[in-house]
Amino acid sequence: MERTTSLATGTPVRKKSFLKRWDSPIAGYLFISPWLIGFLALTAYPMLLSLYYSFTNYTLMKPIEWIGMENYNRIFTTDEKFAQSIKITFYYVLASVPLKLIAALLVAMLLNRAVRGISIYRTAIYFPSLIGASIAVSLLWKNIFGVDGFFNKVLGIFGIPGTGWVTNPDTALWSLIVLSVWQFGSSMVIFLAGLKQIPTDLYEASAVDGAGKLRQFFKITLPMLSPTLYFNLIMGVINSFQVFTPAYVITGGGPMNSTYVYALYLYERAFSRYQLGYSSSLAWIMLLLIVAAAVAINLTSKYWVFYESESQGGKRK
Amino acid sequence: MTITKSKWKGLIRHAMLTVFSLIMVYPVIWWIGASLKSNQELSSPSLFPTVPQWSNYIKGWHSVPGFTFTDFYVNTFYLIIAIIIVTVISSTLVAFGFARLDFPLRGFWFSLLMLTLMLPGQVLIIPQYAMFHQFGWVNTYLPFIVPHALAGGAGGTFFVFLLIQFIRGIPRELDESAKIDGCNWFGIYWRIIMPLMKPSIVTVIIFCFLWNWDDFLGHLLYINSVDKYTVGLALRMINDSQGGAEWGQLLAMSLVSILPATFLFTFAQKYFVEGVATTGIKG
Repeated sequence: MERTTSLATGTPVRKKSFLKRWDSPIAGYLFISPWLIGFLALTAYPMLLSLYYSFTNYTLMKPIEWIGMENYNRIFTTDEKFAQSIKITFYYVLASVPLKLIAALLVAMLLNRAVRGISIYRTAIYFPSLIGASIAVSLLWKNIFGVDGFFNKVLGIFGIPGTGWVTNPDTALWSLIVLSVWQFGSSMVIFLAGLKQIPTDLYEASAVDGAGKLRQFFKITLPMLSPTLYFNLIMGVINSFQVFTPAYVITGGGPMNSTYVYALYLYERAFSRYQLGYSSSLAWIMLLLIVAAAVAINLTSKYWVFYESESQGGKRK
Repeated sequence: MTITKSKWKGLIRHAMLTVFSLIMVYPVIWWIGASLKSNQELSSPSLFPTVPQWSNYIKGWHSVPGFTFTDFYVNTFYLIIAIIIVTVISSTLVAFGFARLDFPLRGFWFSLLMLTLMLPGQVLIIPQYAMFHQFGWVNTYLPFIVPHALAGGAGGTFFVFLLIQFIRGIPRELDESAKIDGCNWFGIYWRIIMPLMKPSIVTVIIFCFLWNWDDFLGHLLYINSVDKYTVGLALRMINDSQGGAEWGQLLAMSLVSILPATFLFTFAQKYFVEGVATTGIKG
């Protein structure tokens, strides 16, 4: 009887006096208690803990010692790997997120019409995203973009000289970017949901006014999709900032540190050298960067995100 | 608009979709072929080998000394099924509480829930590791099961959010009539809302499965001994120990490891698209 015991917060007893209590605020707190306990113990507290760690030289081996801003000083002044990994991560985010969103939007628009065999197309296009940033896909990628890999063979057919894509410092990062663009499925599904919510009479009306396809796209589709685009953009930036598995498996950060992304650096400091204090500082810098990026996107959003609620009486929470 | 013109449009759309689909699945088709190739043939551009090496699968299955992949699959399924059970229980309870009950500070907690939806997991990795290390949970499955039981872990908050959106669509009259019949809140949750939530619970199960199957970093941190290894860790181990000497076997085992997700997707395709679509991003 797992179901009743999992309600560790107290199973309802069939007594009138107790039932009365269930109609009180207590009931609400009983229901949300799993999340509340989890939030306090496994999110809020750890965050404060890591903030504290970031001002210490904590390692798992020795007692904690407060060192003030020392970690942050070192990160911003003498830590070359930090500067390098930040640069690489920014490059990765700026290249992969826009490309991914463009591909996702384009294909979502193609799939938005009822065509025959749509489920086959949808499955084929979604499949790469389904298998995710898993180790299996990373291994496949490592092989495809290797010196003797499949990609070079295809180029060879067209007489284009290949290179060891993952072993060449100039191209290794792009093999990771291409992998992330290849997996645009979840953004595409969200775009599809957004497209389905655009009333078709808008298009009909503008067609009557003689608007062409391109004009319709910029005047109707994009504005109506802007909340969806905004969501995809923020989520895309947050996720790509944290890219880890492909870099770890395909290139291990190499060659010549050309794919040494931030999450990889953080991982190495924390779990190869066990410098948990130092890596906590790195983690907080990462959080602040992501928050800054999200706030920046949010600040610009009032110029390009249109909610239909004003004109259409759409649903706002 | 003439018929021929619209026919042309349809053809162009099909052509573009076909090209896109091919680009998307081509690496996967190559993957299937490559998993059957001998080492000599791997560098040939042909899609399929002249003589399929089925032994890649058999050898690959036994390529970790002292273990077979059966062990790793049993481990992975054991871990993920436990995670799914606690996730479904905790996320439905929490979602019901937020969606249907009124209690002090509800708005405040809900905003925090939404904030954690966007919180990069990397920030929590280190302090959580330090905590779980102190509890002696390293090299057990507890670091995965406990957070999920508390509506956290890989995607827990997202599931709560998704279920809240879904419950909001269920008419409140049902609650009212049940209350008149003498149902308490738990009864309403268990007898009224739970049965109606089935489709979205399926969505939760699917995503929970996929994300935990792919939780490579988590497994890498907390699981150290080979007898507890998940499939992903076993793949990494072969990759590291062989240094790419047996690509055919490695690709074969990698391919097998994506089968569960593939089956799941095939059988539950409509939940995928609807599940994401009903989260109601707008507003």
